[in-house]
Amino acid sequence: MDLNKKFTPETWPDHPEKATLEAKNKFVGFWLFLGGETILFATLFATYIALKNSGPSGFGYSTKELYELPLVFVMTMLLLTSSLTSVYAMYHLRNYNFKKMQLWLAITALLGLGFLMLEVYEFTHYVKDGFTYSNSAFSSSFYTLVGTHGFHVAIGLVWITLLIFRNAKRGLNLYNATKYYTFSLYWHFIDVVWVFIFTVVYLMGVIG
Amino acid sequence: MSSVAQKKGFGATLWDWLTTVDHKKIGILYFLGGGFFFVLGGIEALLIRWQLYKPNNDLVSAGLYNDLITMHGTTMIFLAAMPILFGFMNAIVPLQIGARDVAFPFINSLGFWMFFFGGLFLNISWIYGEVPDAGWTSYASLSLASPGHGIDFYAIGLQIAGGGTLMAGINFLVTIINMRAPGMTYMRMPLFTWTTFVASAMILFAFPPLTVGLFFLTFDRMFGGNFFHHAMGGNTIIWEHIFWIFGHPEVYILILPAFGIFSEIFSTFSRKRLFGYPSMVFATVLIGFLGFMVWAHHMFTVGLGPTANAIFAVATMAIAVPTGVKIFNWLLTMWGGSIKVTTPMLYALGFIPSFVMGGVTGVMQGAAPLDYQLHDSYFIVAHFHYVIVGGVVLAILAATHYWWPKMFGTMLHEGLGKVTFVFFFIGFHMTFLIQHWLGFWGMPRRVWTYMNDQGWDMANLISTIGALLMAVGVIVLVINVIITSVKNVKVSNDPWGDGRTLEWAIESPPVFYNFPTTPLVRGLDTVWIEKMEGNEAGYTAAEPVKDIHMPNGSIIPLLMSFGLFIAGFGAMFRTETSWGLPVLIIGLAWTFVCMAARSLQDDTGYYIKKEELLRDMKRKGGQA
Repeated sequence: MDLNKKFTPETWPDHPEKATLEAKNKFVGFWLFLGGETILFATLFATYIALKNSGPSGFGYSTKELYELPLVFVMTMLLLTSSLTSVYAMYHLRNYNFKKMQLWLAITALLGLGFLMLEVYEFTHYVKDGFTYSNSAFSSSFYTLVGTHGFHVAIGLVWITLLIFRNAKRGLNLYNATKYYTFSLYWHFIDVVWVFIFTVVYLMGVIG
Repeated sequence: MSSVAQKKGFGATLWDWLTTVDHKKIGILYFLGGGFFFVLGGIEALLIRWQLYKPNNDLVSAGLYNDLITMHGTTMIFLAAMPILFGFMNAIVPLQIGARDVAFPFINSLGFWMFFFGGLFLNISWIYGEVPDAGWTSYASLSLASPGHGIDFYAIGLQIAGGGTLMAGINFLVTIINMRAPGMTYMRMPLFTWTTFVASAMILFAFPPLTVGLFFLTFDRMFGGNFFHHAMGGNTIIWEHIFWIFGHPEVYILILPAFGIFSEIFSTFSRKRLFGYPSMVFATVLIGFLGFMVWAHHMFTVGLGPTANAIFAVATMAIAVPTGVKIFNWLLTMWGGSIKVTTPMLYALGFIPSFVMGGVTGVMQGAAPLDYQLHDSYFIVAHFHYVIVGGVVLAILAATHYWWPKMFGTMLHEGLGKVTFVFFFIGFHMTFLIQHWLGFWGMPRRVWTYMNDQGWDMANLISTIGALLMAVGVIVLVINVIITSVKNVKVSNDPWGDGRTLEWAIESPPVFYNFPTTPLVRGLDTVWIEKMEGNEAGYTAAEPVKDIHMPNGSIIPLLMSFGLFIAGFGAMFRTETSWGLPVLIIGLAWTFVCMAARSLQDDTGYYIKKEELLRDMKRKGGQA
């Protein structure tokens, strides 16, 4: 593949993310990887549902008292918005508008960072209340489920930051278009998982 | 880089193997790595049988016996059977679909090195002196109570190796979806490719639960988690569910490629098209699907209740239907065929009755009420050895003889091959047939010794003698390998003379770019069609000779896996030493640095020029 081949918006293919065989392989492979990730999170969800509110005898924590919905609602809004901004970035990827794509991706990353900082705040808040990882089966399953999601967000942030800086000077080509596109798939996936966490962990924990 | 072979020094050759991304070389690496662990697991099995050959034997202590059964099971499943099958998949599947490599050569290499370092990590437990001892299933209440670091080696070693397996699964899926040659429709794919495809899909959905389960175990033992601690609100049954949601599909991940291997062999040596090809494909997919629906039949005695037990009993018995379809198709492939009883065919013929017996005892256990009687007895041991040895290991031995010329360019000696078969086959039935009765007579599994005069003495002695015969068979195979490698008589493209699929259309072993021109696939068993029409070359080119794109080798997969290996020790010794935590962090950071290095460099491969290809083809006598 020729990395130096220059494109114009007119010569840029309609689906740059899968224009070569290598790109198609990455595209299909990444979808399959997300299939495996779905099962991974499903297992974590099942364990959380089985263990929530359960702890040693005289256990004093429950989902109803622990969770604070306003904070989690703000986090949800940040992450949902970041999914939208990544769609804008992909729109500009399709139209070969590198600068605007980078801008929207940077905004996506900032929103993701905001989400992650609030999650760190949330966790430290719980730990200060004595709800530590080793406190009970409930706490272990909660931190593992939500923490695995947070870890995925952190990985996504490192990934997109590297991509933005690595390609800042050279613009779009058919090699890095796939990388940008798979990042956006990953980001949507993280967002969908969070929608389930928000529903199953927080909403059903407080209201249900 | 030139395609003309050059003499290389030892260092250069070693570097070449450590950095290779060529699917054929990675196939050989998997094969050698898996073969090494197969011998190790075999030695553990012999020690188990040696301990049990007479009542009140004291060859090993009760604790060491637990170590041996745990490591035997874990090694054979994760480090021997699967990697050897991956070896054949790597070596053969890209050739069968007319591809030049797998979809992700770099990830292919990474998958191998993760398996290798994971297996190494697990087996370092023997040297360290604290060995996993809670059985290969490592049920949580037992494994949490196990003192020392034994179970830590299990949890972390399998985590690393399992990650490699998941990558290999995704790699084969994408390879088969995207890289088939022109004309190779799904319903023209050889059965070994089909079974690889379905087994890979099963890996994709079965291994993430194992990943999670092992993380839970790791967190509970090393990082203060409480998933399985009853006193802290945890639930030990969760481990059983997660383990078997992985574990049951796992046995189909092993047996489906074995079915594929035998389908190729039956068809080749009956010199007939595989009978009922579409129903074979359908049965494979159906087994893959049903394999996920039956995990709780391992847990009938846990007390899930009659409704759950009934549902899982019915689902379990349903799997016998597609499996039966396959058995009849193999029989009908031979019906009216012109059969040649070569060594691979001998294994295939032995496989059918052996595997049917394992299948029938499986249906017996699927009946939940009967399972209450059979549970945890030697009947279970007999059953799963009949399906794993009588199915998977016979397939591995058959494939070793069948594809050896394609992988190494020389034929294994047929006479010695048949001697291996006779020893192994008789030894296998002698070891495990009697164990069904041992189960009926009340001998529980996983006991390190037994009192005399309970009616078990003679049966155990017979079983041990059988194990020795199997060992003799394997030794004959090793001698066969050494003799043929020393002689190294080169063979033609199609040494069996009856090859039907694309791997037999190119030389043995193939050049590193496999096909000088992309083949055109004209039907099921395309090489057979071409041969019947008198085309000696074996395939029709789909396009003129042109530049070939190839991937670059890389050392990063090895370094990346090594980081995880180091981090494993850090995690294990975190609480008791001051260096544990830093080593954990350094190991993980090292892996991330390797990932970043891979991501930031532009590795787009290289091209083999058209002129070079034409020169190669001319040198070989202008075929294709």
